[in-house]
Order: sequence, then structure tokens, then C-alpha cells
Amino acid sequence: MTQWTRQTQSTRETPRRKGGGVVSAEAQAVPGGKTTVEARHRALGLSDQDVLEMYYYIALARALDDRMWVLQRAGKAMFVISGPGHEGCQVAAMWPMDKKQDWFVPFYRSVAACLVKGMTVTDMLLGLFARATDPSSGGRQMPGHYGHPRFKILSTSSPVGTQYPHAVGIAYASKLRRTGEVTMVSIGEGGTSQGDWHEALNFAAIHKCPVLLIVENNELAISVPLRKQMAVPSVAVRAAGYGMPGVTADGSDVLECYRVAKEAYDRAKRGEGPTLIEYRVPRLGSHSSDDQQERYRSREELEQVRKRDPLLTFRAYLERVGLLNESTLKDIAERIRRDIDTATDEADRAPLPQPDTATRHLFFEGE
Amino acid sequence: MAEIRYIDAINQAHHEEMAQDARVLVLGEDVGRKGGVFGATMGLVEKFGEDRVIDTPLAESSIAGVAIGMACNGLLPIAEFQFADFIHPAFNQIVSEAARMRYRSNGVYGCPVVFRAPYGGSHGTALYHSQSIEAFYAHVPGLKVVAPSTPYDAKGMLKAAIRDPDPVLFLEHKRMYRIVRGEVPDGDYTVPIGPAAVRRPGRDLSLFAYGWMLSESLAAAEEMAREGIEVEVVDIRTLAPLDTATILKSVAKTNRALIVYEDNQFLGYGAEIAARIAEEAFFDLDAPVMRLAGPDVPGIPFAKPLEEWFSISRGKIAASIRTLAAY
Ligand SMILES: Cc1ncc(C[n+]2csc(CCOP(=O)(O)OP(=O)(O)O)c2C)c(N)n1
Repeated sequence: MTQWTRQTQSTRETPRRKGGGVVSAEAQAVPGGKTTVEARHRALGLSDQDVLEMYYYIALARALDDRMWVLQRAGKAMFVISGPGHEGCQVAAMWPMDKKQDWFVPFYRSVAACLVKGMTVTDMLLGLFARATDPSSGGRQMPGHYGHPRFKILSTSSPVGTQYPHAVGIAYASKLRRTGEVTMVSIGEGGTSQGDWHEALNFAAIHKCPVLLIVENNELAISVPLRKQMAVPSVAVRAAGYGMPGVTADGSDVLECYRVAKEAYDRAKRGEGPTLIEYRVPRLGSHSSDDQQERYRSREELEQVRKRDPLLTFRAYLERVGLLNESTLKDIAERIRRDIDTATDEADRAPLPQPDTATRHLFFEGE
Repeated sequence: MAEIRYIDAINQAHHEEMAQDARVLVLGEDVGRKGGVFGATMGLVEKFGEDRVIDTPLAESSIAGVAIGMACNGLLPIAEFQFADFIHPAFNQIVSEAARMRYRSNGVYGCPVVFRAPYGGSHGTALYHSQSIEAFYAHVPGLKVVAPSTPYDAKGMLKAAIRDPDPVLFLEHKRMYRIVRGEVPDGDYTVPIGPAAVRRPGRDLSLFAYGWMLSESLAAAEEMAREGIEVEVVDIRTLAPLDTATILKSVAKTNRALIVYEDNQFLGYGAEIAARIAEEAFFDLDAPVMRLAGPDVPGIPFAKPLEEWFSISRGKIAASIRTLAAY
């Protein structure tokens, strides 16, 4: 039994190790190399501007995240659930998507993904404060339940897994209506135990739906570890059982995350169907503001996990290729802080919903 | 106007709506080549192709969930559940997702799906091919639940359901499919979701029923007329939202109320009608509100004597009418 567990354990870690850790081969080859280095991102078709913007979004999501937790601790928000550690893969996966045309079906960790798709910091804080003008739900849902019609972000619910068939249905409709839209859907690895997840993959593969099926595997479902969630070494291997490609990428390697997403996106565009993408990500914080991870995670584990922070690994890459330095980083941080301050004030000033609106929108009320 | 069967009316509504609106599509088990196990989708795949008439994998939750996604992206899906008994795996999708999509998004996302489900007992249908599921779903705000009782309504209400911007659970009592016939116009018409219908005026007591129970109740009412008791039969063809006004108006006239439903009695759909009458028409009543419903066992047992014991026949309805009229 112990033997078996250990074996499985080591197989599980293989994909992450294989991913090459956090440092790109190119940059490593030329220590201290600056702009002369043939940077990895350019080989992937990403401009310098692209990667700087990607970094901006990762940093923005993290700073917003920090702010939300501060606001919760200060009693300004009832509850926070967010995605520290997941931002790198989210920004990378969203990068190939068309912000206006394509669909996104999020889950509660999708802070960074929703920002890239078009939601503003103010939009998200209006949700945190449950304001009447919260674009996701008008203050009807708990924070973290994103949705935005203008950016084609579907409304989120709480039951884990239900969003997967929705994404497949959206993608089926895109195909039938020949709109050219691609859909991306996200979930945690715990959610992959739900029947809906399996049913959705099966349907998507049968009909070659243009959908990116993302699993952000942080190896924990609240406190339940990966080995109690599944007996297979990775989520991605399951793809074979449905007849679609499955890939695993290290969530700390933002460019690798982008590469696999772009490939899947192009496949979907070409009409070749869905791809299952597993991102191995660190969960840097507690599950939510109602959880204390110290009760089930050791100090060593938390230290290890912090080394995989995509914000730090991506920053290190950009510094190595000479796109960021201390002063530009300071400028970015400054700009983000100002924007979040302004957004916090704006959201805080917004009115709460009135009780006499609580019966509205049960059914269609006309255009 | 032709006299056709209930199942043909359902089939016609599919054909007409799919022909006139390319957004309408059907998904479910065996809805394609076979045309559905009851024939509701007969001839559709030949006319509209496999992309719009989808034989799905045998997985009800995704039938509902995929339909919800389609509805959010511009289509008008009709999701068929082969038997209402097997809709339960999709409960979460229907209740947590379809019914709440509009409310939870503060009105920006709608979910125009029709969930069709053959329900109720016929001969030899036993525990798992006979269930009445309406109470579970009629309980849910944001979901419309209908159970048309005539072929005319079946066609007209299915068309209304397909065109409705919100999710509708469309219940078809399977005993009616081939037995119940009625006049149905060939062309386009809809029957609005919402209003109940007085099917037979009467002065002595009001009887509320839907689906197959409506047919049996009308037959019982005819029999009672020969005994001199005039029963007003009200067809509760929309279970949610409920047309309370029509119910109260009838009770105000007859002063007696009998509710007939095939589901087991405890917390069944009739309980809500009884409660509304008790709350809002108490002073109109000359007798306690009476319910005639299925026994509180988990379903209709298979063996013939057991099935007969469970089933609500016109004879049992007549007996209840006599008791209430004599009160
Ligand atoms: C159907 C359902 N069961 C339980 C919960 C409570 N719950 C919310 S998140 C969660 C853990 C999810 O873990 P995972 O899918 O791995 O994603 P993560 O939170 O780790 O990103 C649980 C059990 C829920 N929301 N829905």
C-alpha cells in the first residue's frame, strides 16, 4: 500500500519536472543575457509588448487579490475566494482568445482570466461589495461568481462542475451557427470528479466542439489532496478516454502555458475539436477567507509552493530578457496600486441593491 | 381541423417550430433515427439533419447542461428526457442552473430551454417508468412547469414553451399519448403558459386536475351528472406559475374543492392548491378541501392488482366526488 502510494506520487510529479521548472532554456544558456538573447516568447509569436501586458495582468490580478483579502479582513467584504498562484496560466490561456468574440465560462478562481477578458477591477470589486451595479449579478451572488455579457463571460454558479456542459453547449451552438467563436472553460482538479465534467468531455469529443477545457490543478480541493481525488497520475491522461488530446503544462511557466493554449485554440479554430489542458499550479493561499490552510498544510509545503509563484517566475524571465528592471517594475506596481485605489473608492461609493428589486428578473421582463 | 392523438400534436409542434426557426433543435436519447421511444420526434432527423436532431450519449445531466449552454448562445433547444423517472440526474442542472440563470445574472443571461419529459403511470410501467415529478420542479422559482391535458393544448403550449425566453419543463402524461384524441388545427397557434381552463362548468363542486387525471376527472364528472351532481372541472395546465385567480373564482362559485393528482399525496402538487384555497377562500368553503392522490409508496408497483390498487381511476374519483358533495 505504502509502496503503491509512493510510486503514484512520484509519477504525479513527473509532468511538472518535465516542464523544465521555471527558467527557459534559452535564457539559461546565456546567463545575464539581455535583449541580445533570442527570447522564448518571440519564438512563440509573442511580441515584447504582449509579454509585458501579460505580466501586467498577472501583477494586477495579484494586487487585486491582495486588496480583496485586506478588505475582507477589514470587514469591508463578507467573503473572498480568489486565485493566487493561478494567475500565470489564466492570463496565458486567455491570451490567444478573442476578447470580444470568444466565450469564457469561468470558476471562482478566474480573477486574472476575467480581467484579461475585459472585466475591470471596479467590476470585480462591485461584486465583492455586492453593489447594485455589480455586472456579474447585481449583488445577488457571493463574491467570485463572475459573469459579464459584454465580454461573453457566462454567469457562474456555485455547484462545482456544472459549467462544463454549459461551455460545451455554447461551443456546439458556435459550430452549428458557424460563428467561429471558441469557448474556454475552467475548473479545479477536484471538480473533475463530478459526473458533469466527464459527461461534458464525452459530448465535446463526439461533436468536436471548439472548446478549451482547462483544469487548474493545484493538488488540493479545499483540504483534499490530489491522491484522494483520482488514481491517475494527471488529469490530462484522462483525455485519451474521451478521444481528445490532453496536455499538462507547468503553471509557473507562463510561456509554456501560452504555447499549449495557443495550440489548442488553433485546433479549435480549425474545427478539430476540444483539447483538455491541465495546468499544474500552486495554491498560494487558503481555499477562501473561511478556510485556514495552516490546519492541513505544513510550513515546508507552503514554502515549497511559494517558489512556484508565477508572478515571480515570469518576472524573473522578463528581467533576464531585459524587458523589465527595477525601475519599470516600480512604475508598474505604482500604476496598479493607483488603479486599484481608485477602483476601490468607486466600488465602495456605489449603491447597494434595494430590497424592492429582489423579485425582479425571475423571468424575462422585456428588452 | 383534424382529430389527432396527443403524441401527434407534440410531433407537429416540433416539425412546425423547427421549420420556421433555425434556432430550434432537439437533443436527447433516441430522438433521431428512432424518432423517440414514444415517437414525439418522428421524422425530424430526416427533415432537419443530425446537427439539429441530436442523439445524445446516455447522460441526462449533460443533456440538460449542454442545452443550457446552447440556449445561452442563441439556440432554442428542446431537451427530451426519455422518461421523467430519469430526469433526476439532471436535477442539479435544471434547478441550480437553468432556473437561476436569469435571476443570478440580474437579468442579463436568459435560458430558453424546453425540457420535455413523459411522466405518469400507464399499464405495466412500475416504479421507474411511471413517476410524477412535477412537485420537485414546480417548487423552483424561475422554472415554468406545464402539463397540457388535451392535444390542442399540447401543440399550442409546446410552441409557446419553445418561444418562451425562460426555461420550461414540459410534462406529457404518457398514458395520453395514444388514447387521448382531439381537434388540432394544422397551422400555427399558441396556447399561453399561465392561464388555467374551466373544462366543464358545474355548480356543486370544483375539481382541479391536469394531465391524464384531467381526462379521468372529466369522465367521472359525466358519470356524476347522471347522478345529479354537477362538477366544475378546472384544468391546471400550467403548474408554475399557478393561475390562482381561476381556482379561487371556481371555489367561490361551488364552495367545495377536490384536487386530483397521481403523484403520491404527501407534499404533492395538490398540496399547494389546497393551501391557497385554505388561505384565500376559507369563507367560501362549505366543506374541507379534499385531495385524491396516489398512496405514499415509492411508485406504482408492477403486478396488476398492485397497480390497480395505486391507480386513480374514474371510479375512485367518482367516489371522492360523492363524498365531498354529501359533506
Ligand atoms: C457540487 C459542489 N460540492 C461541494 C462544493 C464546495 N466546494 C467549493 S470549492 C470546493 C473544492 C474545489 O476544489 P477544486 O475543484 O480542486 O478547485 P480549487 O478550489 O482547488 O481551485 C468544494 C468542495 C461545491 N461548491 N459544489
